[in-house]
Amino acid sequence: MTKRRGSPLAWGLLGVGMLYLLVPLLATFQFSTQIQAARGIPISFLAYNNVLSAPALAESFVFSLRTALITIAVSVLIVVPTAYWINLRMRFLRPVIEFLTLLPFVIPAVVLAFALIRSYNGTDLTNTRDGVYVLMVGAYVMLSFPYMYRSVDTGLQALNIRALTEAAQSLGAGWGTILFRVVVPNLLVSILNGAFITFSIVIGEYTIASLLSQPGFGPYMFSVASRKVYEPSALAMLSFGLTFFTILLIQRLSRGRNVGTAVR
Amino acid sequence: MAQASQTRVQIMTRPPALRRARPAWLSWNWLGVLPFFLFVFAFQFYPSLSVVVRSFLSETNAFTFDNINALNNDIILRSYGNTILISLITAAWGGIVGFMVAWAVTIGGLPHWVRTAVLSFSGVASNFAGVPLAFAFVATIGQRGVLTQALKPIGIDLYGGEFTLYGFWGLCLAYTYFQIPLMVLVMTPALDGLRREWREAAQNLGATPGQYWRMVALPVLTPSILGALALLFANAFGTHATAFALVGGGGGQTLVVTLMVGAQFTTDTFANPGLGNALALGMIVVIGVTIFIYSFFRRRAERWMRR
Repeated sequence: MTKRRGSPLAWGLLGVGMLYLLVPLLATFQFSTQIQAARGIPISFLAYNNVLSAPALAESFVFSLRTALITIAVSVLIVVPTAYWINLRMRFLRPVIEFLTLLPFVIPAVVLAFALIRSYNGTDLTNTRDGVYVLMVGAYVMLSFPYMYRSVDTGLQALNIRALTEAAQSLGAGWGTILFRVVVPNLLVSILNGAFITFSIVIGEYTIASLLSQPGFGPYMFSVASRKVYEPSALAMLSFGLTFFTILLIQRLSRGRNVGTAVR
Repeated sequence: MAQASQTRVQIMTRPPALRRARPAWLSWNWLGVLPFFLFVFAFQFYPSLSVVVRSFLSETNAFTFDNINALNNDIILRSYGNTILISLITAAWGGIVGFMVAWAVTIGGLPHWVRTAVLSFSGVASNFAGVPLAFAFVATIGQRGVLTQALKPIGIDLYGGEFTLYGFWGLCLAYTYFQIPLMVLVMTPALDGLRREWREAAQNLGATPGQYWRMVALPVLTPSILGALALLFANAFGTHATAFALVGGGGGQTLVVTLMVGAQFTTDTFANPGLGNALALGMIVVIGVTIFIYSFFRRRAERWMRR
Protein backbone atom coordinates (compact mmCIF):
# COMPACT_ATOMS: atom_id res chain seq x y z
CA MET A 1 0.00 0.00 0.00
CA THR A 2 1.26 3.43 -0.85
CA LYS A 3 2.01 5.79 2.00
CA ARG A 4 -0.86 8.19 2.59
CA ARG A 5 0.32 11.73 2.83
CA GLY A 6 -2.78 13.66 1.85
CA SER A 7 -3.20 16.68 -0.37
CA PRO A 8 -2.70 20.23 0.90
CA LEU A 9 -6.47 20.65 0.46
CA ALA A 10 -7.16 17.79 2.86
CA TRP A 11 -4.76 19.22 5.44
CA GLY A 12 -6.36 22.64 5.03
CA LEU A 13 -9.91 21.40 5.55
CA LEU A 14 -8.81 19.36 8.54
CA GLY A 15 -7.12 22.45 9.92
CA VAL A 16 -10.32 24.51 9.69
CA GLY A 17 -12.31 21.91 11.59
CA MET A 18 -9.66 21.30 14.21
CA LEU A 19 -9.23 25.03 14.75
CA TYR A 20 -12.86 25.26 15.82
CA LEU A 21 -12.50 22.31 18.19
CA LEU A 22 -9.09 23.12 19.66
CA VAL A 23 -9.18 26.92 20.10
CA PRO A 24 -11.87 26.87 22.83
CA LEU A 25 -9.88 24.21 24.72
CA LEU A 26 -6.61 26.11 24.52
CA ALA A 27 -8.34 29.38 25.40
CA THR A 28 -10.10 27.77 28.35
CA PHE A 29 -6.84 26.38 29.61
CA GLN A 30 -5.14 29.74 29.30
CA PHE A 31 -8.05 31.46 31.04
CA SER A 32 -7.92 28.97 33.91
CA THR A 33 -4.28 29.84 34.59
CA GLN A 34 -4.85 33.61 34.74
CA ILE A 35 -6.19 33.62 38.29
CA GLN A 36 -3.12 35.39 39.69
CA ALA A 37 -2.32 37.46 36.62
CA ALA A 38 -3.30 40.65 38.46
CA ARG A 39 -0.66 39.83 41.07
CA GLY A 40 2.00 39.46 38.40
CA ILE A 41 1.95 35.67 38.12
CA PRO A 42 1.06 34.98 34.47
CA ILE A 43 0.57 31.22 34.85
CA SER A 44 -0.91 29.79 38.00
CA PHE A 45 -2.67 26.56 38.82
CA LEU A 46 -4.35 28.01 41.89
CA ALA A 47 -7.79 27.69 40.26
CA TYR A 48 -7.30 23.91 39.93
CA ASN A 49 -6.15 23.78 43.52
CA ASN A 50 -9.22 25.72 44.66
CA VAL A 51 -11.54 23.51 42.65
CA LEU A 52 -10.07 20.23 43.81
CA SER A 53 -9.86 21.19 47.47
CA ALA A 54 -13.52 22.22 47.77
CA PRO A 55 -15.31 19.58 49.87
CA ALA A 56 -18.55 20.16 47.91
CA LEU A 57 -16.79 18.98 44.76
CA ALA A 58 -15.93 15.61 46.28
CA GLU A 59 -19.43 15.24 47.70
CA SER A 60 -21.20 15.96 44.42
CA PHE A 61 -18.71 13.87 42.45
CA VAL A 62 -19.19 10.87 44.75
CA PHE A 63 -22.95 11.33 44.48
CA SER A 64 -22.78 11.26 40.67
CA LEU A 65 -20.29 8.40 40.70
CA ARG A 66 -22.62 6.32 42.86
CA THR A 67 -25.54 7.22 40.59
CA ALA A 68 -23.52 6.24 37.52
CA LEU A 69 -22.62 2.86 39.03
CA ILE A 70 -26.24 2.13 39.99
CA THR A 71 -27.37 3.18 36.51
CA ILE A 72 -24.80 0.90 34.88
CA ALA A 73 -25.79 -2.04 37.10
CA VAL A 74 -29.51 -1.65 36.37
CA SER A 75 -28.88 -1.10 32.66
CA VAL A 76 -26.67 -4.21 32.36
CA LEU A 77 -29.06 -6.38 34.40
CA ILE A 78 -31.95 -5.44 32.13
CA VAL A 79 -30.23 -5.22 28.76
CA VAL A 80 -28.05 -8.35 28.77
CA PRO A 81 -30.81 -10.94 29.46
CA THR A 82 -33.20 -9.10 27.12
CA ALA A 83 -30.76 -8.85 24.22
CA TYR A 84 -29.71 -12.48 24.74
CA TRP A 85 -33.29 -13.71 24.82
CA ILE A 86 -34.30 -11.69 21.78
CA ASN A 87 -31.35 -12.95 19.77
CA LEU A 88 -32.03 -16.53 20.85
CA ARG A 89 -35.80 -16.84 20.73
CA MET A 90 -37.56 -13.69 19.60
CA ARG A 91 -35.75 -12.23 16.65
CA PHE A 92 -39.01 -10.88 15.25
CA LEU A 93 -38.91 -8.32 18.08
CA ARG A 94 -35.73 -6.69 16.79
CA PRO A 95 -37.50 -3.85 14.90
CA VAL A 96 -39.58 -3.10 18.01
CA ILE A 97 -36.47 -2.89 20.17
CA GLU A 98 -34.75 -0.76 17.56
CA PHE A 99 -37.68 1.65 17.72
CA LEU A 100 -37.68 1.69 21.53
CA THR A 101 -33.97 2.42 21.69
CA LEU A 102 -34.52 5.39 19.37
CA LEU A 103 -37.05 6.88 21.80
CA PRO A 104 -34.49 8.58 24.07
CA PHE A 105 -33.41 10.62 21.05
CA VAL A 106 -37.00 11.66 20.35
CA ILE A 107 -37.70 12.60 23.96
CA PRO A 108 -34.93 14.93 25.12
CA ALA A 109 -33.75 14.89 28.73
CA VAL A 110 -35.64 18.05 29.67
CA VAL A 111 -38.92 16.65 28.33
CA LEU A 112 -38.31 13.29 30.02
CA ALA A 113 -37.70 14.95 33.40
CA PHE A 114 -40.80 17.10 32.93
CA ALA A 115 -42.90 14.09 31.89
CA LEU A 116 -41.70 11.98 34.84
CA ILE A 117 -42.49 14.68 37.38
CA ARG A 118 -45.89 15.45 35.90
CA SER A 119 -47.02 11.87 35.39
CA TYR A 120 -45.97 10.61 38.82
CA ASN A 121 -47.06 13.79 40.56
CA GLY A 122 -48.52 13.10 44.00
CA THR A 123 -47.09 9.59 44.33
CA ASP A 124 -44.18 8.50 46.52
CA LEU A 125 -41.95 8.81 43.48
CA THR A 126 -42.20 12.58 43.61
CA ASN A 127 -43.00 13.13 47.27
CA THR A 128 -40.06 11.33 48.89
CA ARG A 129 -36.32 11.80 48.55
CA ASP A 130 -35.75 8.19 47.60
CA GLY A 131 -38.61 8.33 45.14
CA VAL A 132 -37.11 11.23 43.21
CA TYR A 133 -33.75 9.44 43.21
CA VAL A 134 -35.44 6.40 41.67
CA LEU A 135 -36.96 8.66 38.99
CA MET A 136 -33.52 10.08 38.21
CA VAL A 137 -31.85 6.67 37.96
CA GLY A 138 -34.77 5.45 35.83
CA ALA A 139 -34.29 8.38 33.46
CA TYR A 140 -30.53 7.74 33.25
CA VAL A 141 -31.10 4.05 32.54
CA MET A 142 -33.39 5.10 29.68
CA LEU A 143 -30.67 7.40 28.31
CA SER A 144 -28.17 4.53 28.55
CA PHE A 145 -30.35 1.96 26.77
CA PRO A 146 -29.53 2.92 23.15
CA TYR A 147 -25.79 2.65 23.76
CA MET A 148 -25.89 -0.34 26.11
CA TYR A 149 -28.31 -2.23 23.89
CA ARG A 150 -26.40 -1.61 20.68
CA SER A 151 -23.11 -2.49 22.28
CA VAL A 152 -24.40 -5.75 23.80
CA ASP A 153 -26.35 -6.61 20.65
CA THR A 154 -23.24 -6.19 18.48
CA GLY A 155 -21.36 -8.44 20.89
CA LEU A 156 -24.07 -11.09 20.71
CA GLN A 157 -24.07 -11.01 16.90
CA ALA A 158 -20.43 -11.99 16.95
CA LEU A 159 -21.12 -15.03 19.15
CA ASN A 160 -22.87 -18.20 18.16
CA ILE A 161 -25.19 -17.99 21.14
CA ARG A 162 -27.37 -20.85 19.96
CA ALA A 163 -24.42 -23.23 19.99
CA LEU A 164 -23.17 -21.84 23.29
CA THR A 165 -26.62 -22.22 24.85
CA GLU A 166 -27.10 -25.76 23.60
CA ALA A 167 -23.63 -26.79 24.70
CA ALA A 168 -24.26 -25.37 28.17
CA GLN A 169 -27.68 -26.98 28.37
CA SER A 170 -26.39 -30.38 27.35
CA LEU A 171 -23.87 -30.11 30.19
CA GLY A 172 -26.77 -29.52 32.56
CA ALA A 173 -26.60 -25.73 33.01
CA GLY A 174 -29.71 -23.77 33.99
CA TRP A 175 -30.60 -20.34 32.62
CA GLY A 176 -28.78 -18.52 35.44
CA THR A 177 -25.57 -20.44 34.81
CA ILE A 178 -25.87 -19.89 31.06
CA LEU A 179 -26.37 -16.14 31.47
CA PHE A 180 -23.77 -15.39 34.10
CA ARG A 181 -21.11 -18.01 33.42
CA VAL A 182 -21.36 -18.39 29.64
CA VAL A 183 -22.94 -15.30 28.04
CA VAL A 184 -21.67 -12.52 30.32
CA PRO A 185 -17.97 -13.55 30.23
CA ASN A 186 -18.16 -13.65 26.43
CA LEU A 187 -19.75 -10.21 26.33
CA LEU A 188 -17.43 -8.53 28.81
CA VAL A 189 -15.94 -6.07 26.30
CA SER A 190 -19.37 -5.05 25.00
CA ILE A 191 -20.71 -4.61 28.51
CA LEU A 192 -17.71 -2.52 29.58
CA ASN A 193 -18.08 -0.45 26.43
CA GLY A 194 -21.72 0.32 27.24
CA ALA A 195 -20.79 0.93 30.88
CA PHE A 196 -18.19 3.57 30.04
CA ILE A 197 -20.54 5.41 27.67
CA THR A 198 -23.18 5.36 30.41
CA PHE A 199 -20.61 6.66 32.88
CA SER A 200 -19.70 9.57 30.62
CA ILE A 201 -23.39 10.43 30.13
CA VAL A 202 -24.29 10.34 33.81
CA ILE A 203 -21.25 11.79 35.55
CA GLY A 204 -21.63 15.43 34.50
CA GLU A 205 -25.31 15.36 33.54
CA TYR A 206 -27.00 18.63 34.39
CA THR A 207 -30.57 18.80 33.06
CA ILE A 208 -32.24 15.85 34.80
CA ALA A 209 -30.23 16.16 38.02
CA SER A 210 -30.98 19.86 38.44
CA LEU A 211 -34.64 19.68 37.44
CA LEU A 212 -35.12 16.87 39.97
CA SER A 213 -33.13 18.90 42.56
CA GLN A 214 -30.42 16.27 42.99
CA PRO A 215 -26.97 17.28 44.33
CA GLY A 216 -25.08 15.90 41.31
CA PHE A 217 -21.73 16.93 39.85
CA GLY A 218 -23.39 18.76 36.93
CA PRO A 219 -25.48 21.07 39.13
CA TYR A 220 -22.42 21.60 41.36
CA MET A 221 -20.31 22.74 38.40
CA PHE A 222 -23.10 25.10 37.40
CA SER A 223 -23.29 26.59 40.89
CA VAL A 224 -19.58 27.40 40.84
CA ALA A 225 -20.06 29.80 37.91
CA SER A 226 -22.15 32.24 39.91
CA ARG A 227 -19.51 32.58 42.65
CA LYS A 228 -16.16 32.33 40.86
CA VAL A 229 -14.45 33.65 37.73
CA TYR A 230 -11.51 31.36 36.95
CA GLU A 231 -12.60 28.17 38.70
CA PRO A 232 -15.32 27.31 36.13
CA SER A 233 -12.73 27.14 33.35
CA ALA A 234 -10.57 24.87 35.50
CA LEU A 235 -13.64 22.67 36.04
CA ALA A 236 -14.29 22.65 32.29
CA MET A 237 -10.72 21.45 31.66
CA LEU A 238 -11.00 18.74 34.33
CA SER A 239 -14.34 17.67 32.94
CA PHE A 240 -12.91 17.52 29.42
CA GLY A 241 -10.04 15.42 30.77
CA LEU A 242 -12.50 13.02 32.37
CA THR A 243 -14.50 12.67 29.15
CA PHE A 244 -11.27 12.25 27.20
CA PHE A 245 -10.07 9.49 29.51
CA THR A 246 -13.42 7.65 29.42
CA ILE A 247 -13.79 7.77 25.64
CA LEU A 248 -10.17 6.70 25.17
CA LEU A 249 -10.84 3.68 27.39
CA ILE A 250 -13.88 2.81 25.27
CA GLN A 251 -11.85 3.05 22.09
CA ARG A 252 -9.05 0.91 23.52
CA LEU A 253 -11.63 -1.71 24.47
CA SER A 254 -13.39 -1.81 21.13
CA ARG A 255 -10.67 -1.32 18.58
CA GLY A 256 -11.99 -1.17 15.05
CA ARG A 257 -15.62 -0.93 16.10
CA ASN A 258 -17.74 2.16 15.85
CA VAL A 259 -17.49 4.51 18.77
CA GLY A 260 -20.67 5.39 20.54
CA THR A 261 -21.43 9.00 21.06
CA ALA A 262 -23.84 10.52 23.48
CA VAL A 263 -26.37 12.53 21.57
CA ARG A 264 -27.84 15.33 23.58
CA MET B 1 -21.09 -11.55 6.20
CA ALA B 2 -23.63 -10.37 8.69
CA GLN B 3 -26.30 -11.20 6.16
CA ALA B 4 -25.12 -14.78 5.76
CA SER B 5 -25.19 -15.49 9.50
CA GLN B 6 -28.59 -13.88 9.76
CA THR B 7 -30.17 -16.16 7.20
CA ARG B 8 -28.55 -19.14 8.88
CA VAL B 9 -30.04 -18.20 12.23
CA GLN B 10 -33.40 -17.65 10.64
CA ILE B 11 -33.41 -21.12 9.20
CA MET B 12 -32.37 -22.61 12.52
CA THR B 13 -34.94 -20.73 14.55
CA ARG B 14 -37.83 -21.92 12.45
CA PRO B 15 -39.72 -24.14 14.90
CA PRO B 16 -40.39 -27.78 14.06
CA ALA B 17 -43.78 -28.41 12.49
CA LEU B 18 -45.30 -29.89 15.64
CA ARG B 19 -44.76 -26.71 17.68
CA ARG B 20 -46.61 -24.63 15.09
CA ALA B 21 -49.88 -25.46 16.85
CA ARG B 22 -49.43 -22.50 19.18
CA PRO B 23 -49.04 -19.10 17.48
CA ALA B 24 -45.59 -17.58 17.91
CA TRP B 25 -46.82 -14.49 19.71
CA LEU B 26 -48.44 -16.54 22.45
CA SER B 27 -45.67 -18.17 24.43
CA TRP B 28 -43.76 -18.14 27.68
CA ASN B 29 -40.90 -16.50 25.74
CA TRP B 30 -42.48 -13.14 26.49
CA LEU B 31 -41.58 -13.52 30.16
CA GLY B 32 -37.91 -13.14 29.19
CA VAL B 33 -38.39 -9.67 27.75
CA LEU B 34 -40.97 -8.51 30.29
CA PRO B 35 -38.55 -6.61 32.60
CA PHE B 36 -37.22 -4.55 29.69
CA PHE B 37 -40.66 -3.63 28.42
CA LEU B 38 -41.94 -2.84 31.92
CA PHE B 39 -38.99 -0.54 32.51
CA VAL B 40 -39.41 1.28 29.21
CA PHE B 41 -43.10 1.58 29.93
CA ALA B 42 -42.62 3.03 33.41
CA PHE B 43 -39.81 5.47 32.69
CA GLN B 44 -40.44 6.49 29.11
CA PHE B 45 -43.63 5.36 27.48
CA TYR B 46 -46.15 6.09 30.20
CA PRO B 47 -44.70 9.53 31.14
CA SER B 48 -44.45 10.62 27.49
CA LEU B 49 -47.90 9.29 26.69
CA SER B 50 -49.29 11.10 29.69
CA VAL B 51 -47.78 14.37 28.47
CA VAL B 52 -49.39 13.81 25.07
CA VAL B 53 -52.78 12.99 26.58
CA ARG B 54 -52.71 15.84 29.09
CA SER B 55 -51.99 18.28 26.27
CA PHE B 56 -55.59 17.66 25.27
CA LEU B 57 -57.13 17.77 28.76
CA SER B 58 -58.46 20.75 30.66
CA GLU B 59 -57.93 21.15 34.40
CA THR B 60 -61.17 19.29 34.96
CA ASN B 61 -59.93 16.44 32.72
CA ALA B 62 -62.30 17.22 29.88
CA PHE B 63 -61.13 17.02 26.27
CA THR B 64 -59.96 20.39 24.95
CA PHE B 65 -57.81 22.02 22.29
CA ASP B 66 -57.20 25.02 24.57
CA ASN B 67 -53.64 23.98 25.50
CA ILE B 68 -52.67 23.50 21.88
CA ASN B 69 -54.32 26.77 20.90
CA ALA B 70 -52.45 28.53 23.70
CA LEU B 71 -49.21 27.72 21.86
CA ASN B 72 -50.32 30.36 19.38
CA ASN B 73 -48.68 33.09 21.43
CA ASP B 74 -45.98 35.47 20.25
CA ILE B 75 -43.44 34.48 22.91
CA ILE B 76 -43.92 30.75 22.33
CA LEU B 77 -43.94 30.97 18.55
CA ARG B 78 -40.78 33.10 18.60
CA SER B 79 -39.17 30.55 20.91
CA TYR B 80 -40.03 27.63 18.61
CA GLY B 81 -38.83 29.70 15.66
CA ASN B 82 -35.51 30.46 17.40
CA THR B 83 -34.99 26.82 18.32
CA ILE B 84 -35.67 25.65 14.78
CA LEU B 85 -33.39 28.36 13.34
CA ILE B 86 -30.55 27.55 15.75
CA SER B 87 -30.93 23.85 14.95
CA LEU B 88 -30.88 24.54 11.20
CA ILE B 89 -27.91 26.92 11.40
CA THR B 90 -25.80 24.64 13.61
CA ALA B 91 -26.74 21.57 11.57
CA ALA B 92 -25.56 23.45 8.47
CA TRP B 93 -22.34 24.81 10.02
CA GLY B 94 -21.52 21.57 11.81
CA GLY B 95 -22.57 19.59 8.76
CA ILE B 96 -20.34 21.49 6.34
CA VAL B 97 -17.25 21.61 8.56
CA GLY B 98 -17.78 18.05 9.79
CA PHE B 99 -18.16 16.78 6.23
CA MET B 100 -14.94 18.51 5.19
CA VAL B 101 -13.05 16.92 8.09
CA ALA B 102 -14.56 13.50 7.37
CA TRP B 103 -13.62 13.90 3.70
CA ALA B 104 -10.07 14.89 4.63
CA VAL B 105 -9.47 11.82 6.79
CA THR B 106 -11.04 9.36 4.33
CA ILE B 107 -10.86 10.28 0.65
CA GLY B 108 -8.46 13.15 1.31
CA GLY B 109 -5.89 10.50 2.07
CA LEU B 110 -4.43 11.88 5.30
CA PRO B 111 -2.12 9.46 7.15
CA HIS B 112 -3.76 6.76 9.24
CA TRP B 113 -2.56 8.14 12.53
CA VAL B 114 -4.30 11.45 11.72
CA ARG B 115 -7.52 9.62 10.96
CA THR B 116 -7.35 7.65 14.20
CA ALA B 117 -6.55 10.75 16.22
CA VAL B 118 -9.34 12.80 14.60
CA LEU B 119 -11.94 10.08 15.14
CA SER B 120 -10.91 9.59 18.77
CA PHE B 121 -10.97 13.30 19.40
CA SER B 122 -14.37 13.58 17.71
CA GLY B 123 -15.71 10.92 20.07
CA VAL B 124 -14.57 13.05 22.98
CA ALA B 125 -15.67 16.42 21.59
CA SER B 126 -19.16 15.22 20.63
CA ASN B 127 -19.60 14.17 24.26
CA PHE B 128 -18.29 17.49 25.54
CA ALA B 129 -21.53 19.38 26.06
CA GLY B 130 -23.58 20.94 28.77
CA VAL B 131 -22.17 23.00 31.62
CA PRO B 132 -18.43 22.50 30.90
CA LEU B 133 -18.91 23.41 27.24
CA ALA B 134 -20.66 26.62 28.26
CA PHE B 135 -17.78 27.39 30.63
CA ALA B 136 -15.27 26.82 27.84
CA PHE B 137 -17.09 29.25 25.56
CA VAL B 138 -17.34 31.87 28.28
CA ALA B 139 -13.58 31.57 28.82
CA THR B 140 -12.99 31.85 25.06
CA ILE B 141 -15.41 34.42 23.68
CA GLY B 142 -17.14 35.73 26.77
CA GLN B 143 -16.71 39.44 27.51
CA ARG B 144 -13.39 38.73 29.27
CA GLY B 145 -12.61 35.67 27.19
CA VAL B 146 -9.14 34.91 25.90
CA LEU B 147 -10.07 35.15 22.22
CA THR B 148 -12.13 38.31 22.79
CA GLN B 149 -9.13 39.96 24.45
CA ALA B 150 -6.69 38.67 21.84
CA LEU B 151 -8.76 40.06 18.96
CA LYS B 152 -9.06 43.56 20.43
CA PRO B 153 -5.49 44.76 19.66
CA ILE B 154 -5.94 43.81 16.00
CA GLY B 155 -9.07 45.88 15.73
CA ILE B 156 -11.80 43.26 16.13
CA ASP B 157 -14.15 44.04 18.98
CA LEU B 158 -16.53 41.10 19.34
CA TYR B 159 -18.72 43.03 21.73
CA GLY B 160 -18.62 46.27 19.74
CA GLY B 161 -21.91 45.48 18.03
CA GLU B 162 -24.95 43.42 18.84
CA PHE B 163 -23.13 40.16 19.49
CA THR B 164 -23.31 38.48 22.84
CA LEU B 165 -22.36 34.94 23.80
CA TYR B 166 -25.43 34.82 26.01
CA GLY B 167 -27.95 34.97 23.16
CA PHE B 168 -29.00 33.50 19.83
CA TRP B 169 -25.65 33.62 18.02
CA GLY B 170 -23.76 32.57 21.14
CA LEU B 171 -25.84 29.40 21.31
CA CYS B 172 -25.16 28.80 17.60
CA LEU B 173 -21.40 29.00 18.18
CA ALA B 174 -21.51 26.75 21.25
CA TYR B 175 -23.79 24.09 19.72
CA THR B 176 -21.58 23.93 16.63
CA TYR B 177 -18.83 22.64 18.90
CA PHE B 178 -20.57 19.29 19.39
CA GLN B 179 -22.23 19.26 15.96
CA ILE B 180 -18.95 19.18 13.99
CA PRO B 181 -17.55 16.03 15.65
CA LEU B 182 -20.94 14.30 15.49
CA MET B 183 -21.00 14.90 11.72
CA VAL B 184 -17.45 13.55 11.45
CA LEU B 185 -18.44 10.37 13.30
CA VAL B 186 -21.58 9.82 11.23
CA MET B 187 -20.09 10.66 7.80
CA THR B 188 -16.77 8.82 8.03
CA PRO B 189 -18.29 5.32 7.60
CA ALA B 190 -20.42 6.64 4.72
CA LEU B 191 -17.38 8.08 2.94
CA ASP B 192 -15.51 4.83 3.57
CA GLY B 193 -18.37 3.15 1.70
CA LEU B 194 -17.48 4.95 -1.53
CA ARG B 195 -15.53 2.28 -3.30
CA ARG B 196 -12.36 2.90 -5.17
CA GLU B 197 -13.70 0.73 -8.01
CA TRP B 198 -16.55 3.15 -8.68
CA ARG B 199 -14.16 6.00 -9.21
CA GLU B 200 -11.93 3.86 -11.38
CA ALA B 201 -14.89 2.65 -13.41
CA ALA B 202 -16.05 6.24 -13.90
CA GLN B 203 -12.55 7.28 -14.93
CA ASN B 204 -12.32 4.41 -17.40
CA LEU B 205 -15.56 5.57 -18.96
CA GLY B 206 -14.03 9.00 -19.38
CA ALA B 207 -15.62 10.87 -16.49
CA THR B 208 -13.90 13.93 -15.08
CA PRO B 209 -13.50 14.14 -11.28
CA GLY B 210 -16.34 16.68 -11.31
CA GLN B 211 -18.61 14.32 -13.20
CA TYR B 212 -17.69 11.46 -10.87
CA TRP B 213 -18.68 13.51 -7.83
CA ARG B 214 -21.85 14.86 -9.38
CA MET B 215 -23.11 11.65 -10.96
CA VAL B 216 -21.74 8.87 -8.75
CA ALA B 217 -20.44 9.93 -5.36
CA LEU B 218 -23.05 12.54 -4.38
CA PRO B 219 -26.09 10.45 -5.33
CA VAL B 220 -24.67 7.60 -3.24
CA LEU B 221 -23.88 9.92 -0.34
CA THR B 222 -27.10 11.97 -0.40
CA PRO B 223 -29.13 9.71 1.94
CA SER B 224 -26.24 9.61 4.42
CA ILE B 225 -25.83 13.39 4.34
CA LEU B 226 -29.54 14.11 4.72
CA GLY B 227 -29.83 11.54 7.52
CA ALA B 228 -26.85 13.03 9.32
CA LEU B 229 -28.26 16.55 9.00
CA ALA B 230 -31.56 15.36 10.48
CA LEU B 231 -29.67 13.82 13.39
CA LEU B 232 -27.76 17.06 13.95
CA PHE B 233 -30.99 19.05 13.83
CA ALA B 234 -32.63 16.82 16.46
CA ASN B 235 -29.48 16.95 18.56
CA ALA B 236 -29.54 20.74 18.70
CA PHE B 237 -33.30 20.98 19.10
CA GLY B 238 -33.28 18.96 22.32
CA THR B 239 -30.23 20.62 23.90
CA HIS B 240 -31.00 22.07 27.31
CA ALA B 241 -27.93 22.10 29.59
CA THR B 242 -25.66 24.09 27.26
CA ALA B 243 -28.41 26.64 26.62
CA PHE B 244 -29.30 26.95 30.29
CA ALA B 245 -25.69 27.40 31.37
CA LEU B 246 -25.25 30.20 28.79
CA VAL B 247 -28.52 32.13 28.77
CA GLY B 248 -30.64 30.41 31.42
CA GLY B 249 -32.61 32.21 34.06
CA GLY B 250 -33.60 35.83 33.70
CA GLY B 251 -34.59 37.15 30.30
CA GLY B 252 -33.16 34.19 28.42
CA GLN B 253 -35.87 31.89 29.72
CA THR B 254 -37.86 32.00 26.51
CA LEU B 255 -35.01 32.03 23.97
CA VAL B 256 -35.32 28.33 23.11
CA VAL B 257 -38.07 25.79 23.79
CA THR B 258 -36.01 23.51 26.02
CA LEU B 259 -35.51 26.45 28.40
CA MET B 260 -39.25 27.13 28.45
CA VAL B 261 -40.04 23.50 29.24
CA GLY B 262 -37.38 23.56 31.97
CA ALA B 263 -38.90 26.73 33.40
CA GLN B 264 -42.24 24.95 33.87
CA PHE B 265 -40.72 23.13 36.85
CA THR B 266 -40.33 26.20 39.01
CA THR B 267 -43.05 28.48 37.76
CA ASP B 268 -45.92 28.13 35.41
CA THR B 269 -44.60 30.87 33.18
CA PHE B 270 -47.98 31.37 31.63
CA ALA B 271 -50.01 30.48 34.72
CA ASN B 272 -51.40 27.51 32.84
CA PRO B 273 -50.22 23.99 33.78
CA GLY B 274 -51.74 22.53 30.62
CA LEU B 275 -49.46 24.70 28.49
CA GLY B 276 -46.32 22.97 29.80
CA ASN B 277 -47.67 19.69 28.43
CA ALA B 278 -48.44 21.29 25.07
CA LEU B 279 -44.92 22.79 24.92
CA ALA B 280 -43.40 19.36 25.56
CA LEU B 281 -45.75 17.78 23.01
CA GLY B 282 -44.60 20.29 20.41
CA MET B 283 -40.99 19.28 21.01
CA ILE B 284 -41.79 15.58 20.79
CA VAL B 285 -43.59 16.16 17.48
CA VAL B 286 -40.76 18.19 15.92
CA ILE B 287 -38.02 15.78 17.02
CA GLY B 288 -40.18 12.75 16.28
CA VAL B 289 -40.61 13.86 12.66
CA THR B 290 -36.88 14.60 12.40
CA ILE B 291 -35.85 11.22 13.79
CA PHE B 292 -38.32 9.56 11.41
CA ILE B 293 -36.60 11.36 8.52
CA TYR B 294 -33.25 10.30 9.97
CA SER B 295 -34.13 6.60 10.14
CA PHE B 296 -35.71 6.73 6.67
CA PHE B 297 -32.49 8.06 5.12
CA ARG B 298 -30.36 5.84 7.31
CA ARG B 299 -32.04 2.72 5.93
CA ARG B 300 -31.45 3.94 2.38
CA ALA B 301 -27.85 4.80 3.18
CA GLU B 302 -27.09 1.40 4.68
CA ARG B 303 -27.37 -0.20 1.26
CA TRP B 304 -24.02 1.32 0.34
CA MET B 305 -22.22 0.91 3.63
CA ARG B 306 -19.44 -1.59 3.87
CA ARG B 307 -19.94 -3.60 7.03
